[in-house]
Amino acid sequence: MSATGIGAPVKRREDFRFITGKGQYTADVNRHGQAYAYFLRSPHAHATIDAIDYAEALKMPGVCAIYTGKDLADDKIGGLICGWMIHSKDGSPMKAGAHPALAQGKVRYVGDHVAVIIADTLAEAKDAAEKINVTYGVLPANADTASAMKSAAVHDVAPDNRVYDWHLGDKGATEAAFAKAAHITKLDIVNNRLVPNPMEPRAAVGEYEEGSGVFCLHTTSQNPHVARLVLSAFIGIAPENKLRVIAPDVGGGFGAKIFIYAEETVCVWAAKKVGRPVKWTADRTEAFLADAHGRDHVSHAELALDANNKIIGLRVKTTANLGAYLSTFSSSVPTYLYAPLLSGQYNIPAIYAEVDAVYTNTAPVDAYRGAGRPEATFLVERIIEVAARERGLDPAQFRQMNYITQFPHQTPLIFAYDAGDFNASMVKALELADYKGVGARKADSAARGKLRGVGFSSYIEACGIAPSAAVGSLGAGVGLWESAEVRVNAIGTVEVLTGSHSHGQGHETTFAQLVSDRLGIPIEHVSIVHGDTDKVQMGMGTYGSRSGAVGMSAISKALDKIEAKAKKVAGFVLEAADTDIEFKDGKFTVKGTDKTIDFGSVALQAYIAHKFTGAQLEPGLKEGAFYDPTNFTFPAGVHICEVEIDPDTGVTRIDRWTAVDDFGAVINPMIVEGQVHGGIAQGIGQALLEGAVYDKDGQLLTASYMDYAMPRADDLPNYKLGFTETRCPSNPLGIKGCGEAGAIAAPPAVINAITDALGHENIAMPATPQAVWRAAQHAVMKKAAE
Amino acid sequence: MPMIHMTVNGKAVKGHAEPRTLLVEFIRDTLRLTGTHVGCDTSQCGACVVHVDGHAIKSCTTLAVACEGAHVTTIEGLAHGTDLHPMQEAFREHHGLQCGYCTPGMIMSAVDMVNRKGHELSEHTIREELEGNICRCTGYHNIVKAVAAGAKAMQGMAKAAE
Repeated sequence: MSATGIGAPVKRREDFRFITGKGQYTADVNRHGQAYAYFLRSPHAHATIDAIDYAEALKMPGVCAIYTGKDLADDKIGGLICGWMIHSKDGSPMKAGAHPALAQGKVRYVGDHVAVIIADTLAEAKDAAEKINVTYGVLPANADTASAMKSAAVHDVAPDNRVYDWHLGDKGATEAAFAKAAHITKLDIVNNRLVPNPMEPRAAVGEYEEGSGVFCLHTTSQNPHVARLVLSAFIGIAPENKLRVIAPDVGGGFGAKIFIYAEETVCVWAAKKVGRPVKWTADRTEAFLADAHGRDHVSHAELALDANNKIIGLRVKTTANLGAYLSTFSSSVPTYLYAPLLSGQYNIPAIYAEVDAVYTNTAPVDAYRGAGRPEATFLVERIIEVAARERGLDPAQFRQMNYITQFPHQTPLIFAYDAGDFNASMVKALELADYKGVGARKADSAARGKLRGVGFSSYIEACGIAPSAAVGSLGAGVGLWESAEVRVNAIGTVEVLTGSHSHGQGHETTFAQLVSDRLGIPIEHVSIVHGDTDKVQMGMGTYGSRSGAVGMSAISKALDKIEAKAKKVAGFVLEAADTDIEFKDGKFTVKGTDKTIDFGSVALQAYIAHKFTGAQLEPGLKEGAFYDPTNFTFPAGVHICEVEIDPDTGVTRIDRWTAVDDFGAVINPMIVEGQVHGGIAQGIGQALLEGAVYDKDGQLLTASYMDYAMPRADDLPNYKLGFTETRCPSNPLGIKGCGEAGAIAAPPAVINAITDALGHENIAMPATPQAVWRAAQHAVMKKAAE
Repeated sequence: MPMIHMTVNGKAVKGHAEPRTLLVEFIRDTLRLTGTHVGCDTSQCGACVVHVDGHAIKSCTTLAVACEGAHVTTIEGLAHGTDLHPMQEAFREHHGLQCGYCTPGMIMSAVDMVNRKGHELSEHTIREELEGNICRCTGYHNIVKAVAAGAKAMQGMAKAAE
């Protein structure tokens, strides 16, 4: 392994600009003559718009234009779309209500877009917004998931607010398993609603160049090419060849920046209307109101065991809140990204899952770090832990006796797990966590009047999404390959154009490590280019922990082609057949001789083209590749959380966190560890602190950092990490992906630890000090009564 | 609109600002120093932290006119050319950043923390002192390490200056 090659903890090459304040985020983009957009948002969760009077607002200082949904409709600008078709049990398509970028006749959640004011300054736009008089006809609203199907219709197309009723698995086989069960564990589970909260709020700068007729949009996107595709093909801003989308430095995404939103649509459209660049930057409350939220499931689960405590069946009924409109990929999250993971790491012969997706008068809900897989893992790992306790078994041993041990393993729910060693991760985690010492530590805590508990999470996820044909058969409107282009310059430096997008993941480092390793050239000679549709031809972007497994595999495939072409060039220079050329450590050598030429010289020869004719070989050294994976990847691992609770205050302190993950091959362990740390922090946030709360009228009560508890440094522990490795067999690099693991694994580990400490299962997320105090008092009183 | 004068990163600057203009708006929009970020508008997240007359403040809740005549240091003023400040170097060395958005504020807060609390900072102190800086990417693990290392390195810098 070289100092900058695959497997080396190379310091990040992107850091210099970030630590010196030289990053270029969308809000840092300023254009000559730009105007500022401000969105007038609905104060009501559900209302008809009976009239909008903005005559007075138009006369306010600095105002250039005010537009409403009517203006978009007049320009034949289409609505926002949901790109994944789900069919109900009866085969009928999901009921997708229209989603105009600016409301047409009705608003459906607090924060819904009523009008846009464009002015010389943001302050002037805000002042003018206050002069707009909207006449609303307030309608009954509902924000609650469980009661959505009994509430007033959000969209006429879905009178009972049901988007679809979907199912997966063999109902008959599952019922039969339950009929012969020796023990059935039942659990009601709520997966709390979260707000993703990347630290950079969303932003957009729209421009229109009259001479060429080209639109340009700078936007905070995880997938600028998908944004261009949707804005062109569905919304109708401009054909793709007349629309450039740039996602420059992006300050975190976590899913919330996958989607195509109203604001960027309006900014780029309005730039042509007003004849000036139009800039919009969300403030934090707008982010809370209008970024797509995550999770929000209400489920009932039952687990069937035989007399030997082997799991024989699982049945699940889930209601998933999708909010007021179907966001870009929302429909896939509680279906194909959720239910197929219900087998967890366990050999479960029969599983049946039913999912009702519902509309409510809340912000749209879509993928948030993990997307469906945290919801599945929380359910599986909670019910497994409860079952072990009910059967008086050690939760680690109960898991081990039910682990899948043979690979490949076809689960009852679509996925074929290709490789793994779940027990190896468990064994290592038990050791790192000093599980043997738990009894003594519990006694020590008890002596100090504290409650100590240990919780496990033995998670698996499906990442690297995904084979295009497979997701197409499941309803996806797009293919999920990735593209790469490797451009070797005449002096041997290299530019790699990738369709993946980095918004914190460090691709400029890890992708360059792969190229440096493969071509045997210094990492400084490699540049990674991403995030601009004028530079990178096409790409599917970054989410679902796919950049390593899919994005880097595309680069690897392009590098194969570069090597093959370079060997031909070397063959002409060294007067040998290209089949006799070996390439190693950046040098091409004629087998069995000392005739050699380095990579940079081959690059030069490829471009000067003196040693071969055009009939023999094309000049130049540039290759592209599209890589479509053959399977999902299946990262898995074991996280163990140990908490100490103060029953007098309800404060839960995480005393130890142990994570052992199998991500397959690791390119840069420093970056992988950082991804795990951040994922765990978000998972702990969900378990202990975070929750989006709407009141009964649909007002969002948690719309700032003063109301929504983001994890802060003093809420979190240090993490002890370990790794096991089974290479992923479905991509050339053996990578499984690491971006979401922590957020998927952590919540059940925390809640299992808290319930272990309390001695009962009755605690919901977020387990705030108040909730834990109540539960702890109950536990203390119960103990006293015994 | 009043004309405001400040010394920003050692340079005398002036610009028009409305009475309602925030310091962060003056820094970002008037001076075009975009390294200082806005993350929350309610002085919770700390992405906007700069130093005013030697003290860390949240520039998203400070009026520009209140800083007339002040000496302001932003993240752009911390390094000398390509010579990084030890705290910047520590964040890179310890992988204390991912998306980079909170990083300028984190670093400015960390430097202020060392100025107030000294060079030997316990993990407990660092975590408590970072209460006003939110990071969504790193889980703070490496930020805590970076601040501890940066604090020690700043001692070296102070000694070298003596």
